[in-house]
Amino acid sequence: MENSEKTEVVLLACGSFNPITNMHLRLFELAKDYMNGTGKYRVIKGVISPVGDAYKKKGLISAHHRVIMAELATKNSEWVEVDTWESLQKDWVETLKVLRHHQEKLEASSCDHQQDSPRLERPGRKRKWAEQRQDFGQKELLEPKTKDVPKVKLLCGADLLESFGVPNLWKSEDITRIVGDYGLICITRAGNDAEKFIYESDALWKHRNNIHLVNEWITNDISSTKIRRALRRGQSIRYLVPDLVREYIEKHDLYSPESEERNVGVVLAPLQKNTAEANS
Amino acid sequence: MYKVIGGIISPVNDNYRKKDLVAAHHRVAMARLALQTSDWIQVDPWESEQAQWMETVKVLRHHHSELLRSLPQTEGPDHGRAHSLAPTGSALVFPAVPELKLLCGADILKTFQTPNLWKEAHIQEIVEKFGMVCVSRTGHNPKEYISGSAILQRYQHNIHLVREPVQNELSSTYIRRALCQGQSVKYLLPDAVITYIKEHNLYTGDSS
Repeated sequence: MENSEKTEVVLLACGSFNPITNMHLRLFELAKDYMNGTGKYRVIKGVISPVGDAYKKKGLISAHHRVIMAELATKNSEWVEVDTWESLQKDWVETLKVLRHHQEKLEASSCDHQQDSPRLERPGRKRKWAEQRQDFGQKELLEPKTKDVPKVKLLCGADLLESFGVPNLWKSEDITRIVGDYGLICITRAGNDAEKFIYESDALWKHRNNIHLVNEWITNDISSTKIRRALRRGQSIRYLVPDLVREYIEKHDLYSPESEERNVGVVLAPLQKNTAEANS
Repeated sequence: MYKVIGGIISPVNDNYRKKDLVAAHHRVAMARLALQTSDWIQVDPWESEQAQWMETVKVLRHHHSELLRSLPQTEGPDHGRAHSLAPTGSALVFPAVPELKLLCGADILKTFQTPNLWKEAHIQEIVEKFGMVCVSRTGHNPKEYISGSAILQRYQHNIHLVREPVQNELSSTYIRRALCQGQSVKYLLPDAVITYIKEHNLYTGDSS
């Protein structure tokens, strides 16, 4: 398939990134190889969107630091970048809204690009001629080939997929729209469990063609939780997170027993919001 | 009980003739690049530069004697011993000769059972004179390997089992296969090593 016929994809990863680890970064590489390998897609960008402080997760340190660490981690990446929009919002933002925000951004910049072209390429007399030819359906020959807008897809691990089942964590309409309007790329070791999970959900099953399960053949157990635990115990996290991130953490002494106590006793924002709405 | 003062990576000699083994000078160069940011681990090419493959115990002997040679020579009654003051004020005397231990994955313990792969006397010398530090590896039960061997059992106090809290099944075999298939290995290897592999066209699957 020619490049121009492939669907361009932007991979969006939402999460705490508390801190970002080599595993998070691997998700992007695995997803890109997989999607490009299908022959139907071309991954053009990866976006890391750290969650805002209003998420109120236990042990969540300030978004300011989490964003900087993600930026340090992607300094050497040619295609993965950090987006701060979500982290800068005052209230917690549903994942669906983050997807929508990024898709609309892509559509807006694609629109600008398309508006420019006629002005540049068909001034004056040429435009008139082109319009006449248009009537005869010769449009494709004269206009520059307009690319479809790239599609944003949610990149995640199996834990996010399975979190769809946690009561009140997600709105069911949101789940439907995420898989229906956008799509999911889920990196998982336990492919069978993920498939079973999809099978057992009507909403996910309906949009199963939009849920791409990517097998991670080697266990890569680097979770942010384990990183924070190792740091509290004075254990080395070298080679588990990028060196620049490790140095930043050390310099600012970011993770301690105290930082792990943040938000203890506070209800997680989505649970708070969805329970309140259910009760209203 | 212990204070780790250094780490040595000793890439095997080309004459080991393992499948897919690229030239030693590349493997040494890649290890060096990987260790650029480390302040305590080094590569030592001695083993790879020998005329033939050599048994692990000989590599241990070599590095141990190198360690002895590099120690500062002291004169007087306290010759060869170091002193320091404990917090309680009493003197601590400890031997100044560092111990050299073989660091490996738990799978190596299993290879001791493979007929003709190791000499019995060497296994004994490794666990008796030097000692081992074995890091856990998925699918391996090091305690089982130890209890299944009389020598290992006798010197089990000298075989330190390290449990890896972050399970990581990364292996060179996996990396080579991924590279062969044109897949990304970014974040699994240091960037400098990936660049080196690309520049020298290693692990493309054309040669083995």
